[in-house]
Amino acid sequence: MQKLVEIASNVSNGTLSASAVVEQYLAQISAREPEIHAFNLVTADQARLDAAKIDIDIKAGKEVGALAGVPIALKDNMCTRGVETTCSSKILQGWKPPYDATVVTKLRAAGAVIVGKTNLDEFAMGSSTENSAFGPTRNPHDISRVPGGSSGGSAAAVSAGFAAASLGSDTGGSIRQPAALCGVVGVKPTYGLVSRYGLVAFASSLDQIGPFTNDVRDAATLLEVISGHDPMDSTSIPQPAPSLVSVLDQGVKGMRIGRVTDLPEGCETDVLERLEAAFDALRSAGATIVDVELPSLQYCLTAYYLIAPAEASSNLARYDGVRYGNRVDAADLNAMYAATREAGFGEEVKRRIMLGTYALSAGYYDAYYGKALKVRRLISDDFARAYKDVDTILTPTSPSTAFKFGSKTENPLAMYLCDVFTIPTNLAGHPAMSVPFGVGLDSMPVGVQVLASTLGEQAMFKVAAELERAS
Amino acid sequence: MSEVEALPNGWQLIVGLEVHVELATKTKMFSASANRFGDEPNTNIDPVTLGLPGALPVLNQHAIELAMRIGLALNCKVQPCTFHRKNYFYPDLPKAYQITQYDHPLNVDGFLMLPGDVRIGVERAHLEEDTGKSTHFGGSSGRIHGSDYSLLDYNRAGVPLVEIVSRPDIRTSEQARQYVAELRSILLAVAASDAKMEEGSMRCDVNVSVHKPGTPFGTRCEIKNVNSIRSVGRAIDYESRRQVDLLESGGTIRQETRHWDDSTGRTETLRTKEDADDYRYFLEPDLVPLVPDPAWIEAVRAALPVLPAARRKALAELCGVDKDGESALVVVERGQDDYVRAVISAGGDARRAVIYVQQAFAEQGSAPKVPAKDLAALTILERDAKVTSTQAKTLLADLIEAGGGDVVAMAAKRGFETLDTSAVEAMVDAAIAAEPGAWKKYCDGEEKALGALVGAVMKSSKGKADGKIITALLQAKKSS
Repeated sequence: MQKLVEIASNVSNGTLSASAVVEQYLAQISAREPEIHAFNLVTADQARLDAAKIDIDIKAGKEVGALAGVPIALKDNMCTRGVETTCSSKILQGWKPPYDATVVTKLRAAGAVIVGKTNLDEFAMGSSTENSAFGPTRNPHDISRVPGGSSGGSAAAVSAGFAAASLGSDTGGSIRQPAALCGVVGVKPTYGLVSRYGLVAFASSLDQIGPFTNDVRDAATLLEVISGHDPMDSTSIPQPAPSLVSVLDQGVKGMRIGRVTDLPEGCETDVLERLEAAFDALRSAGATIVDVELPSLQYCLTAYYLIAPAEASSNLARYDGVRYGNRVDAADLNAMYAATREAGFGEEVKRRIMLGTYALSAGYYDAYYGKALKVRRLISDDFARAYKDVDTILTPTSPSTAFKFGSKTENPLAMYLCDVFTIPTNLAGHPAMSVPFGVGLDSMPVGVQVLASTLGEQAMFKVAAELERAS
Repeated sequence: MSEVEALPNGWQLIVGLEVHVELATKTKMFSASANRFGDEPNTNIDPVTLGLPGALPVLNQHAIELAMRIGLALNCKVQPCTFHRKNYFYPDLPKAYQITQYDHPLNVDGFLMLPGDVRIGVERAHLEEDTGKSTHFGGSSGRIHGSDYSLLDYNRAGVPLVEIVSRPDIRTSEQARQYVAELRSILLAVAASDAKMEEGSMRCDVNVSVHKPGTPFGTRCEIKNVNSIRSVGRAIDYESRRQVDLLESGGTIRQETRHWDDSTGRTETLRTKEDADDYRYFLEPDLVPLVPDPAWIEAVRAALPVLPAARRKALAELCGVDKDGESALVVVERGQDDYVRAVISAGGDARRAVIYVQQAFAEQGSAPKVPAKDLAALTILERDAKVTSTQAKTLLADLIEAGGGDVVAMAAKRGFETLDTSAVEAMVDAAIAAEPGAWKKYCDGEEKALGALVGAVMKSSKGKADGKIITALLQAKKSS
């Protein structure tokens, strides 16, 4: 396992060639990708060309970016110009965007080498990557288990050494939960910190791009590169992004860490034990643990499963077979729409489109979507009260370690419960990250989640760095 | 205002109008593609216009400013507002939703004054994006059902629109026509839109219902595809009669959307309320609320030009014509009122100036080529009876043809001179002698007979006698 910052630094100063780095990662992909299936597409040829160009630039004495020669994998819901972007859906199979997402432009400008597009639950809807139309990704720690989801491919790619880092997207936990299950660091930044331009939307008011890395410093470095105001995204925060790497060594002395007293039930005991160990570690490092109440937490899952599907039902309506993606011809327009969407979307996507369409329908809006928006305000209010007393809050990331394939696919509600600790952050628009903190009874990785208030990334990273030192 | 279209048996017409106007911005509502009519299909497109996965809308500041101009010109309150998604499937709607404004529009609670000081309420004027354009081939109706194939042009998709919704304050088809005409003048005056109904940059949906005064309003039908001011009147006249006939024969009106067919002069059912889409409106999560800075609103208000109604009033007062009359209306709409002022400043006769410009300057735009002093000279020639009004018309045509010139010289070149009254009187006497039948009829009170007598004098004078003088002489002789 190589650190992103070491690769970038060694490539920049000429002690390591970007080409050698990319070959090393491509070799690892060749060795283990067949059993892991982290990627929908490995862009080996382009990666070699990009790496060679960086080496030429360095030999020519040109300035290279903070990620020079760093192999990075992208979740396959981020647009890459001329390179197939599928969202792991049959409906978009073969579609090549004519433009790059803003994060992709930023990565390229920083000298990163993109090695491929990673697998996900179709349109980022799921918690195990089992909803991919192209087959599931396996957990590199135990291939009989899921990597989590929806960014399972991006989490597995970092965990298996296929890339030094990757990007995922997090709508209800889709970065943090797979990070926890695969034993890597995963960050969901403040809503609006990273541009969504070019991220294929699932639920626009919740979606946020963030990094997967091997450690906290790499995460801070990568997040600094991809964050910042983007005029192409109206919800992008119009102010400079916080400096993160600079705070990592500051420790947690004097910080107040929240422990939620009314955490929803259903969390495995071994995961809760790791959480307690994390509190102990922070206490030992000089932080104060403060009890906080978040009474609306119990309603978040329900509210999320109305708001996210409602937005998704609208966001996914454009896949109608008219302009791009796959079309199934039929007798008339409505029959073509139906046949295209029937063939193109998987079961979970259809379920959420139906849920969301229903929640927004005349006569049901107030009872469902309207009420869900009220819960969204309540949880924000709860957090605002809590953050008067604490700097960050610690919870489990996932209620359990990685589970076996098929164990939750027959019961959507059981699958939805995987996100119970991650969803409230998205509803509030806050940042949160998962940091590996030991293993469970099954020897699978356990993640601890650090939550902070809007643009509270500095406090969050200080705590994450401390946990990493203690683990 | 004549109310020739008044409904029988005490039925009262109620009309409300929804007018869509495309804003005259350089680029689209949410992207940098050009907003330009008539280009090669599918050339003004980009990821946002096509609704490609991952593309996001960014509001066009100029569109907001033009929408505020419209709101302020219509006496609306400009307020903080939000955008919603209106969801429905159609091939020319790339995202399968239209970004529009729903419960918090930019402009609310305005009004527009019609000639005769009739006040029509404006409920709202909100921002939204236009759809692409579908053309259906094969089949008989020109609509998608039954067609063989359809072609789609997304150049129009994402063009900024303002939808101006009137209150149901309109009571006659004449008022409806006036409302559209007045709105069009205002849009042109504030340069918010080119407002060309024939190119679709201004489109009207007409809501029509009928009721008996003192009872609640009737069920309304919305009429679409009304593409000219004349059609607005015709469609309302047809639809209101249809509704009255149906009600009088014991039927009931179904709430529905109807299609106006200009060639048959009829409306027909497009879709009933039962088949109407449930648009599932919800707050557009890709945009943030729009909160116009009060200082910006005031700056836009301060920069508004003088509006047509005020300009007509000023011109009418200056020229001694009716402020709601044709000459004030037409001259202001063409933006020629400043020119008329220049003619008057150059010593021209005010009333003749405005009428000449109204009658002869239709092709001249707001900056006619004829120098103001030349037109002024012509009005004086006519006022001082140096030429007849018929001769003045000929000279006016000469002046326009030549782009100006010395009208006195032009009159001389054409041999125009007015005859003095005694010479005309001799010709009048001769005409009475030559047309005794006509003279008798005229003396018996048949005013129509006057024309024959005047014509005879004009003919014998070879057009050099002034028609008004001939008429005055005949009247004097009749009553003596």
